[in-house]
Amino acid sequence: MKVALFATCLVDTMTPSVAHATAALLQRLGQEVVVPPAQACCGQMHVNTGYRREAVSIVANHVRAFEGAEVIVAPSGSCVASIHHQQAAVARRAGDEALAQAAEELAGRTHELSQFLVDVLGVTDVGAYYPHRVTYHPTCHSLRLLRVGDAPLQLLRAVRGLELVELPGAEQCCGFGGTFAVKNADTSTAMLTDKMANVLGTHAEVCTAGDASCLMHIGGGLSRLRAGTRTVHLAEILASTEEAVTPDQKAIPAVTA
Amino acid sequence: MTAVDLGMPGLPHAPRGVGHLRGAESFPDAARGALRNGQLRANLGHATSTIRGKRANVVGELPDWEQLRAAGKALKTATMARLDEHLEELERQVTARGGVVHWARDANEANEIVTRLVQATGTSEVVKVKSMATQEIGLNEALEAAGLDVFETDLAELIVQLGEDSPSHILVPAIHKNRAEIREIFARTIPGVDPGLTDDPRQLAMAARAHLRERFLRARVAVSGANFGVAETGTLTVVESEGNGRMCLTLPETLITVMGIEKVVPTWRDLEVFLQLLPRSSTGERMNPYTSAWAGVTPGDGPQEFHLVLLDNGRTAVLADEVGREALHCIRCSACLNVCPVYERAGGHSYGSVYPGPIGAVLSPMLTGVEDNASLPYASSLCGACYDVCPVAIDIPSILVHLRGEHVEAVARDRDRPTAEAVAFRGLAKAMSHPRLWHLAQRAARLGRLVSRGRPTLPNALPPPISGWTRSRDLPTPPTKTFVQQWTEEHRS
Repeated sequence: MKVALFATCLVDTMTPSVAHATAALLQRLGQEVVVPPAQACCGQMHVNTGYRREAVSIVANHVRAFEGAEVIVAPSGSCVASIHHQQAAVARRAGDEALAQAAEELAGRTHELSQFLVDVLGVTDVGAYYPHRVTYHPTCHSLRLLRVGDAPLQLLRAVRGLELVELPGAEQCCGFGGTFAVKNADTSTAMLTDKMANVLGTHAEVCTAGDASCLMHIGGGLSRLRAGTRTVHLAEILASTEEAVTPDQKAIPAVTA
Repeated sequence: MTAVDLGMPGLPHAPRGVGHLRGAESFPDAARGALRNGQLRANLGHATSTIRGKRANVVGELPDWEQLRAAGKALKTATMARLDEHLEELERQVTARGGVVHWARDANEANEIVTRLVQATGTSEVVKVKSMATQEIGLNEALEAAGLDVFETDLAELIVQLGEDSPSHILVPAIHKNRAEIREIFARTIPGVDPGLTDDPRQLAMAARAHLRERFLRARVAVSGANFGVAETGTLTVVESEGNGRMCLTLPETLITVMGIEKVVPTWRDLEVFLQLLPRSSTGERMNPYTSAWAGVTPGDGPQEFHLVLLDNGRTAVLADEVGREALHCIRCSACLNVCPVYERAGGHSYGSVYPGPIGAVLSPMLTGVEDNASLPYASSLCGACYDVCPVAIDIPSILVHLRGEHVEAVARDRDRPTAEAVAFRGLAKAMSHPRLWHLAQRAARLGRLVSRGRPTLPNALPPPISGWTRSRDLPTPPTKTFVQQWTEEHRS
């Protein structure tokens, strides 16, 4: 299959390793990966902060950038949920029915990474090796909007060397919420503190999730506390192989294109 | 239905200066104080996790829960579509059974009507059944201003009233208090209370019971709310746990019920759905202990005078909002409060309205007009837990996002110059709509590398609004190349 990779604006700009890992993983599984160069953002941040009118042109750019793509995969539950649940509605509200329909068609071909692997490709063992104690945080939008269910856990359980520990209170939000983290910084931090307490209670080396945004939040909090536990995106774990084990055990995906 | 059908000039919101729909502070400011109250956090954390667990158990045992939710939603949608007809039918049926129906445009009118009705009986005391509508309009304050004594009889409302506090939860108004705090309030405020009163729940309940019993027996007027008003028979219902409501609804000579207009259901048959959805969602019980139902007056049995006050107070304005009107489907179970991670930490008082939590964050701004509760639509991380548990499947996150849009657009209309935030978001939108501009903007973000001077994270002290992030979390230093840039370079053929 020819897979168009939507890196998402945050991953592209701040954590490109997540997109590199996603591409490497898909290629290892025999998929042809293309990266449409005109991609930018799904528009979610604008919509969720009240700038739904301004989001219309962002949606239009997204639709243009991915026009003609056979299937689109993104390493984010939140962005894919926005593509599925918000893009067409925003266009329709602005009176652009053609864009709304194009966005709907595109959404039908757009998948979150773990759902693409498990539900579309039918793979749970992606041949990864990751010798670490890992806990998994199900991000709200993959859990409640996309209903990814246990797809990420199925993938993690099949990773060689990985010790999966259950996260208490896993389904509670980490407190990120986009601009919520800034507009309601105190409440967001209180939620983050409780999430970190649960993460640290597992004594995991790594906290993983399917959204780089939530991980930037949890990871930013853990880093501020100088906690040893680090955050690693699910794609980076799944892309890791024996060849990727470096002297400092950093998660560098093996690129075998 | 339009406002004209109700004989109203336009679509007024709940008026200012009366009732409890607006807070003195914005949500972030109020929450900042509440978050520092460790006792509050402990009380709320314990109470909400207990109710969450009970709800999950009793909902889990019904194989047709999702169908029930869908039925509840469908019934409410159909009812709202012909609300005017159902309300008129309710009025006809209540009147035919000897009741008197009053229409109150807003809180002021409702308070005036109830005060006048109480004064007409010649009594100076009123007992009350727990009711959100009367809390919303500030009825107690209005009655007290007219020289009347008001006694809340619901145990938690009594705790709040004696403590000169305000409710912080729809179902459990005193959820922010623990047993030790309740003992202290009772010991200080109940006349003649046993000086050896302990914080044993049974002892506390018995002390309240002794205090209330006297008032029930001498009360000549009771005021209640209503969970449902059945149009076809003119029947009002109150669903409760303690039996104090039943006492108020049966002992006094006069009963006055204040009901929001959205509480009407067309037929008795509809209660089959709602009386399953409500107790399981609210108290986590299969069935609530007391369900009282009455229609008009019955000679020689119960109150001989019955008044129904139908309250709008902004509800018609909510109904006019195509996205937001779903909030009127709410049956006040408070399941959304109990699962909300924001409510659990910031507490009900932070919302500044009698309707706290996720449903309050959508309902309050729509009742008052979004400009009067502008911070509430943002008081959510949009995690979606509220939508999942709502027994009538109100898509609260989507309404929150919609109200943010309404607020941003109202601000843009009212100001000559755009806010700094609007300027930033418009600029960013422009960049994100044009790949060439977007790549320039991404390059600009890389200037963060200069600020971090080779460190993996940016400095903690950054200017607002980024400081909102960096006060409590590190922000990674942007990488030298974006993914798309590097990929494009490597795959140039």
